[in-house]
Amino acid sequence: MAVQLDARPPVRPAHRIARPGRGARLSRFDTKYSPYLYIAPFFLLFGVFGAYPLAYTFWVSLHDWDLLGAEHPFIGLDNYSQLLADPDFWHSVVNTLGIFVISTVPQLLLALWLANLLNRQLRARTTWRMAVLIPNVTSTAAVAIVFAVLFGREFGMINWLLDHVGVDAIDWKANRLASWVAISTMVDWRWTGYNALIFLAAMQAIPRDLYESASIDGASRSRQFWSITVPLLKPTIIFAVIISTIGGLQLFTEPRMFNSGTNAIRGGPLRESQTVTMYMFENAFAPHYNFGYGSAIAWLLFALIAVVAAINVLLLRRLGGGAARKEDSR
Amino acid sequence: MGTFTRRRLAAVALVATTALLGATACGGGEDKAAADGPVTLTVDVFGQFGYDELYKEYMASHPNVKIVERGTGSNLDEYSPKLTQWLAAGKGAGDIVAIEEGLLVEYKANPQNFVNLLDHGAADLKGNFLDWKWNQGLTADGKQLIGLGTDVGGMAMCYRKDLFAKAGLPTDRDAVSKLWPTWQDYVKVGEQFKAKNPGAAFLDAATNTFNTILLQTAGNTSGYSYYDTSNNLVVDSNPAVKQAYDTTMDIIDSGLSGKYGSWSEEWVSAFKQGKFATIACPAWMTGVIEGNAGPGAKGKWDIAQVPGNGGNWGGSFLAVPKQGKHQAEAIELAKFLTSAKGQIGAFKAKGPLPSSPQALDDPAIVDSKNAYFSDAPVGKIFAAGAKSLKPVYMGPKNQAVRTEVENAVRTVELGKRTPEQGWTDAVENAKKAAAK
Repeated sequence: MAVQLDARPPVRPAHRIARPGRGARLSRFDTKYSPYLYIAPFFLLFGVFGAYPLAYTFWVSLHDWDLLGAEHPFIGLDNYSQLLADPDFWHSVVNTLGIFVISTVPQLLLALWLANLLNRQLRARTTWRMAVLIPNVTSTAAVAIVFAVLFGREFGMINWLLDHVGVDAIDWKANRLASWVAISTMVDWRWTGYNALIFLAAMQAIPRDLYESASIDGASRSRQFWSITVPLLKPTIIFAVIISTIGGLQLFTEPRMFNSGTNAIRGGPLRESQTVTMYMFENAFAPHYNFGYGSAIAWLLFALIAVVAAINVLLLRRLGGGAARKEDSR
Repeated sequence: MGTFTRRRLAAVALVATTALLGATACGGGEDKAAADGPVTLTVDVFGQFGYDELYKEYMASHPNVKIVERGTGSNLDEYSPKLTQWLAAGKGAGDIVAIEEGLLVEYKANPQNFVNLLDHGAADLKGNFLDWKWNQGLTADGKQLIGLGTDVGGMAMCYRKDLFAKAGLPTDRDAVSKLWPTWQDYVKVGEQFKAKNPGAAFLDAATNTFNTILLQTAGNTSGYSYYDTSNNLVVDSNPAVKQAYDTTMDIIDSGLSGKYGSWSEEWVSAFKQGKFATIACPAWMTGVIEGNAGPGAKGKWDIAQVPGNGGNWGGSFLAVPKQGKHQAEAIELAKFLTSAKGQIGAFKAKGPLPSSPQALDDPAIVDSKNAYFSDAPVGKIFAAGAKSLKPVYMGPKNQAVRTEVENAVRTVELGKRTPEQGWTDAVENAKKAAAK
């Protein structure tokens, strides 16, 4: 999966004409500097909207920074040491990881299955392929509001259905595990189709003759899926995991909209479904307005994502390499 | 690709980059009207302030002023962080901003964000407001007036007549008021109600009721709730807090609460479906009930006296942020909206109870009735007690502390904590929040 692009500019032959004319000077300027100009927009935008906020957030996190206060005394790493000992912070980390696992595992399995279906000879294939992407196009806030209503304790449809099959009503918002499941459903509804399309693209790159020879050898369809499709998809699966990691650890809109009413940012009275980003918001803005502490949370979240992403890269090396070896041995 | 096109591309890239930088540099450019040209004033509010007619009148007499209101109907929880961000960024706030009393105490610690209205002739207006309302708008040293008072939150108890009839209780508002002189009586009535199984809870949620009892008890005793007047956190030592907590526990113990988290979507649905019979009702709540329960419930609601005695919850102020470009015009408009006339207009439109004694004496208020609430004489119910309201002092982190204590009440209500555990949580978390 690791794509190595050659980032160097193509080598141009040296100018044979030594006459230092205007055109030649311009041309030399062009050769030397225009590549930088082409890439400049990205780096300038990244500087303005990426690097600068990152550095500024770190600067803020070293201060006792009341959002409205006129003075911001420097306190070094106090915010960080306080944060590491803050049980509410770790509670939100567990929530975030829990929701991440509950949402990502079924999501990727479902996406794999969907992609496999879409890869077959279907009538109106393009329509189906477009259709799985529709949830991804709808606004997250709208999705979250609809799901929050579906998962209502008393007036929600899910509980109404559960009631019909004799299951007691679940208080989706006040039960930690139930709220994780409800929020994961929202995430999955939105992202399964997207991942299915990525898997589909990877599946189509698998040479068909592998399947042909497998069926000549008498392999069943499911055997072909597990022994050919899945191993060759591993790098793509890892890619999808990484993207889901980044999105999942920053989860905000779904749990925020799922909890409505007073102090929705707490994610329930006992912080049942408060994610790290929600905890950051609670501290940086209402009701604490402690911008310094909020910034420290943002940086620890950044570190957390880096750690989880690093674990994924290790997995990528191991599993991805494994898949490549298998391919070579064929 | 020839060098010509490539050079052109480079030029395009350069131009695009410059344009982007330029756009970020001057994003949010303000309209710079000439001093005597037309002026657009933005008013930021939450909930329902009822100013539409007043704007029209003001624009008619001030042809050079155009007024735009933002945030109408929004939740205070959404509004206050936004306002704080605008103030912190020094950009984005309206020319006039509405500030709820709980938030005002936090802003008072940083008065540099607001125009001192005392520098603009506001001192003459002191007599137009209830004394305590005027004083709430002043900073601790009394040298800066941040906001002019709009409304106060005199208390009542709103109830559904149809559900009371179903449970065999009286429906006439005077008879209902006689049912519950105290909160203990209120619990007893609730138990009778529940015994008849009318298919609805007796009250919406324990948290709102808790806050009502607390503000009432505190107003009648110490005059402060979570913080004493020297800004010491007294959540565990102020008897008013514990007393209100214990009374609320009685309500929860008796199973009277519908547990609809206040201001949540379920709460709103419960209004629509008539799932609870009573709700503690500060004057501004009447507008909320009408909005949530909808036109279908017109005439089903009525208003009785609140158990206990009096109490004030909420009420807001209008302030002029220093970042505004048209401060003089904004101050003039704020004075108009908070004048007795302005407050009467707002009351008629959406029900916020005036904080001006002149307005409270005005026949337009005293004789007013609310058609939605079965023609209840809201003027008499709310205005009569408004002048004797006892305000409750609020400390610097009032909002954060209140959140923790109400959350603890909520965990008990949902059966996740015993009353004792809930109280321990309330005190501990309140201390933590106050230290943040």
